[in-house]
Formats: sequence, C-alpha cells, structure tokens
Amino acid sequence: MSIFMLHLHAWIHALASSALGHALWMVVPVLVVFPALFAVTTLLERKGLGRIQNRYGPNRAGPWGLLQPMADAIKALTKEDVVPEAADRLVHFCAPVLMVLSAFLVYAVVPVSRTWVVAPLRAGVLFFFAAGSLMEIAVFMAGWSSRSQYSLLGAMRALAQMISYEIPLVLSAMVAVMAAGSLSMVEIVRRQAGYSGIWPHWFVLTPWGLAGFVLFLIAATAESNRSPFDLPEGESEIIAGYYIEYSGFKFALFFLAEYLGMFAISALGITLFLGGWSAPFAFLTWIPSWIWFFAKLLALIAGFIWIRGTLPRLRMDQLMRFAWEFLLPLTLCHLFVAGVWKFFPTGAARWLGCAGVLLAVYWLLGRRLEQSGGLARRTYHFAE
Amino acid sequence: MSGEFFLAAGLTVAGALAAMILRNLIHCVLALVAGFAGLAVIYLQLGAQFVGLAQIFVYAGAVAILAAFVILLTQGVEHRTRPAAVLDWVVGALLACGVFAMLAWAIAKSVQFLPQATQRPDAGVRAIGNAMLHQFVLPLEVVGLLLTAALIGAVLTAMRDEEAGA
Amino acid sequence: MLGKGIVLGLAETARNFFGSFFYRARLTTVQFPEERLPQIEAARNFPFLVFDGADWQQGMRCVACQICEKECPPKCILIEKSKDKKPDATGKPQFYPAVFNIDVSVCMSCQICVEVCPFDAIKMDVDFELSTYDRFGGLLWDKQRLSKSNEHYHQIHPTEAAAVDAALAAEREKLAAKARAANAPPANAAPSTSAPATAEGQA
Repeated sequence: MSIFMLHLHAWIHALASSALGHALWMVVPVLVVFPALFAVTTLLERKGLGRIQNRYGPNRAGPWGLLQPMADAIKALTKEDVVPEAADRLVHFCAPVLMVLSAFLVYAVVPVSRTWVVAPLRAGVLFFFAAGSLMEIAVFMAGWSSRSQYSLLGAMRALAQMISYEIPLVLSAMVAVMAAGSLSMVEIVRRQAGYSGIWPHWFVLTPWGLAGFVLFLIAATAESNRSPFDLPEGESEIIAGYYIEYSGFKFALFFLAEYLGMFAISALGITLFLGGWSAPFAFLTWIPSWIWFFAKLLALIAGFIWIRGTLPRLRMDQLMRFAWEFLLPLTLCHLFVAGVWKFFPTGAARWLGCAGVLLAVYWLLGRRLEQSGGLARRTYHFAE
Repeated sequence: MSGEFFLAAGLTVAGALAAMILRNLIHCVLALVAGFAGLAVIYLQLGAQFVGLAQIFVYAGAVAILAAFVILLTQGVEHRTRPAAVLDWVVGALLACGVFAMLAWAIAKSVQFLPQATQRPDAGVRAIGNAMLHQFVLPLEVVGLLLTAALIGAVLTAMRDEEAGA
Repeated sequence: MLGKGIVLGLAETARNFFGSFFYRARLTTVQFPEERLPQIEAARNFPFLVFDGADWQQGMRCVACQICEKECPPKCILIEKSKDKKPDATGKPQFYPAVFNIDVSVCMSCQICVEVCPFDAIKMDVDFELSTYDRFGGLLWDKQRLSKSNEHYHQIHPTEAAAVDAALAAEREKLAAKARAANAPPANAAPSTSAPATAEGQA
C-alpha cells in the first residue's frame, strides 16, 4: 500500500512538473472556479433582485435558499431535451457547444492573480475580443437553426446589438492599451500595480480612465446582453430570444455561457482599468492577489445586478441610436483625450482640463440625444 | 510541415470547399467561418499573433455575420436558383486559374520564398504598427479613403432605394 | 443632463435593497405554507356536494338531474342516475346519483354547475391544495370524496349558506302546507327524515 502511495506521489510530482501538468494546474481551476461562481451568482442575483423589489428571493431550498443552485442544476439536467421538428439538428446542437467554448476560451488570457494566467499572450486583449466574437456566431447559429420566428428575431437583435456595441467596447478598451503600451493583459496589470505613496496607479483614477471605465461598462452590459440591453432575450417581447427552442441541459449551457461572458468581460474591465489583481492600497498588498481579483469581480457583478434591478429595457431604435449617436462619438473623443494626456505635464491643470473636455463632450452629446427625440415618449398608432 | 499544419490546412480547405458546395446558404456561411478559423490557426502557427487573432475577430466574427445578415435579409435561404450554366463554370474556372497563376507568380518571385529566409520575422503588434504608420502610411491612408468612399456610396445607394420605395 | 434619471433610479433601488433588511414592514411577502392570509368568503376553487345531517348518503341533496353535467364547459362531471329513489332535502322522493365523479385536473372553477343547480346540491369549496402524487386516481374525485356537510358549507360561506337554508326551509314549509291541505288528517305527516329537521334548526 505504501509503495503504491509512493508511486502515486512520484507520479503526481512528475505530472505537476511537466508541461501538461502545468497546463492542467492552470486550466482546471478556471473550469471549476468560474462555473462555481456562476452557481453562486444566480443565487445572489435572485436574492438581490428580490431585495430590490422588497421580496425575500428564493429561501426554500436549504438554509436561506443556499441550495437553490443545486435544485436548478438538477432540474436542468433531468429535463427532457426537446429539439424542434424543423430544426437544423447539427447546427442546433453545435450552437450551445460553441457558445460555452468561446465563453471559456476568453479566460485563457485573464490574469487572475500574480502568477495565475493560463496563456500570457502578447496580444491578449485581441485574443479576448477574437474569442468573444465567436459568441456572435454561436448566437446566430442558435437563432437560425431553431426555425422559430422568436429565436430568429432574437438572434437578429442580438447580432445587431453585439456588432454595434463591440465598436465602443473595443475603442474604450484601447485607451488602457494605449496607456500601457501593450496588448498583453499581464503587462497592462503590471503597469497599474505600482503605488505612489499608498495610492495605486490604476487607470480608473485618471479622468480618461474613469470615463473609459464607465464607457466600457456600458458597452460590456450591452455585449453580455444584460438588462437594460437585454433586447435579444426580452422575456416580455420574444420570450427568450435566440435560445427559446432549447431545453434542459442545452438551455443550462446557454445560461452558463451568458454568465461566463459577463464574468469574463468584468474581468477584462478589472484588468484594463481597475488594476487587475493589485491591491487598492499599498499597505494591503500582503493579502493574496487572487482575493483582490475576485473581490473586484464580485463588486462588478453586484453592480450589474443593481443595474438590472433598476433600469427598464430599451427600445430597439433607442438602443441603436445610443450606440451610434452617443457612445461612438464619445469614445472617439475619449480616445483623443487619452492620447493627448501623455503630452501634457503632470499636474492639476492636466487633470481638470481632461475632465472638463470629457464632461463637455458628454453634456453636448447627451443634450443632442435628448433633443433628437430618440429618448422621447413615443405614441403608438396601432397599439392603443 | 507538422501535423498541426496539416490539420489547420485541412480545416481551411474543407471549410472553403464546403462553402462552395453546400446547398443551404447559411451552411455555406458557417463552413466559411470554419475556413477562416483554419486560416487563423495557420497564421498563429507562423507566430503572427496579431494577424491570426484579427483574422478571427474581423473575418470569422464580423464579416461572416455580415454575410449571414445579407443572406437572411435578401432572399430565401432554402431554394437556390437554377444550377450554374456551363458557360458560368468555364468563366469561373478561367478566373480561378488566372488568380491562382498570378498569386503563384508573385510568391515564386518574392525573396521570402527562398530557403535562406528562415528567420522568423517579427510580426508583433509594435512592428506592425510601426510599419503601417511609418513605411506604409500612404497606402494605409489610401485604403482608408477607399473604404470610406465605398461606405458612403453604399449608404447613398441604400437611401436612394428607400426614397424610391416610399 | 443625460443620466440624471439613471442615478435617481439607482438610488431608489438601493434604498429598497437596504431598507428591506432593516424595515420588516417593507417585505409584504406572506410565506405561504407557514403563514396564510385570512380566507376570503367569496373565494371558490372546486365544487363539492352538500349533504344535510350526519349521513352523507342519506342527506345528499343531489337528485341526479344531470343539468350540471350538461352545462359543465370542460365536461369534467360524470353522473349516473340511481334506479331507486330516496327523499331529497325537501322531503320529496327523488333519484340520487349512483355515480358522481368530477375530474380535478379538468375543472376550471367556473362555478357554472353551482349556478344551474336547482336543488342547491353543489357548491364551491375554498380548498385549493388539491395536488397529489397520483395523477389518475388522486385527481378523479368520486361521490364520497365530493360530499361535504352543510356545516362545512356554513363554515366557508356563512352568508350564502344561510340564504340557501332559508330558501330550503320555505320550500319545505310550502310542501308541508300543501300536504296538510290535501289530506286534513295528517296521519303519515312525517315523511321527512332527520336531515331536513337539522337544516331547519340551523336556518
């Protein structure tokens, strides 16, 4: 017995030191931690939304409803898997697989802690967006292959939205890339991990960084199809959008992919603007770096839930107008401001000047958006 | 010429073939995405991270979706029009041969093809950026202008249609 | 300025979120199995057959006229008439249902059976916890299971039940007077069982 244990021990050591073992050591935690976070988040989201609406939220399964994710998982796994008669079976099957695949793929470049990053690519940010764009294909496949008007409408909406909001998303991310001078996510975090006194060098603490972070969050909300940009799956309009014809485990996969996408884009936001795994104050660096990463991630998730509990869904024309007439010009100005920042001497004048320009542009564009009638109440001739 | 290269090349060729052969236009688009992905893998194997990822981001992501959109918005997916006539086949084959011959000529003439150029060129983002904004800044601007003109032209065409229809 | 409404909305939801932890009055949820709202008198869910007195078979008001069976929109009632007769709530000898089944899963709680019943024999119950693990036998209620006493009726719908009892008493009184007029010496003037007597007493 002891000999067997010894062998096992040696084998584990050999595995851990090999390249494959190293890869497993990096990859397996990602495959375990983030889905677990998904389970926790579904519960927290339902609880939080409940409290926002003065309800209790789920409190039946286990103490305080803590076992609700288990109950949901068992329900999803034991449900009948229904495929529509007219569906394109192969594409219908591939869509959720591709969706989850792309959702997991983006975690490869996310630096979760000082040492934990699966693939420290030189073009990490680009990899993130490239892998994320596969999700659009998956959405299209799901919507088209189901042969249902609702899912096709949902897919069309989702694609129009994702393509429109990808531009402000990438442009606002470019600011951090410009400041760090690198597309590598590891490098971007390293540039923010220093301290002046006790204050960190996070990009969000500069006017362009704060503006970039807000713009990034808005575009990220739209990109991950979360309320108020959840038109692709608007329950009251097109039921569940592109995944209406999925049931059981495949539906659960879509759900998983959606939440993984939200976590991933939050992780990107943290990496680009919130200093990744670095501690918020110099005297707190003794706390392990991954704790800071997940603390920031949970804070952003709470923000997403808060937004979802507050804002109603946009109309399609408002959504498009907001992307093209407001976000896009604003991100372009913002990119310019962030570029000019480098050429001015450090000081309060630079700070106030940049903030002033950004606020002025915001005010002007906002006024135009409000006056152009895009946000005004619309009278419906046939619906009343 | 490793196994991975043949896998990626096989994926590319199979995707491209399927994109031509399949009856259902949406299936063609999806096959095209597979082809783009294979091409991106080849770029990545050559150490060109930026080009490979941009290939996925732009082509597999945006361009394929655009093609799918166009197919869905213009005509029925199911029924294709009559099979191509013999003349179309001949013209198509001639065009393909012409393009292939031109590419082959260009590649054979280039210095890179010679065996001594084994040193891997730096295809990092910084190198590409420097090349684009210093050495090739004029071509870049010209291409940008061309694309803008094309975009404006497309918008104008679409607007005129709308006016005529209304 | 653009975004003012968003900030105000966020403040409102934040107030709700934190308030729900500190002010119990904010949470209006009634946690059902443990807590219940008081029963509303006008509630209705599923019909039952009223019987007078102690014995459900003897006191059953239903005379198997089958009007409710015909009127039931989803056709969830099945009635088979008996061969013999027994005295009904007013004392007249009548048929009674040999079989009276209602399918819980089909019934749509419309109360039409109650509206059309000329004998006040079928009424709506307020019990809504009818779910069962046995989806065939457990959801097809037979005569015995459907029978509930007049006292139960008084308990769930007091006003309505009092009115019904008064009407039945008046009917009985009229019949008795007619019988008295028909044969002056009321030798066998006790055809009524104990059941109407109790009903009278309640009315």
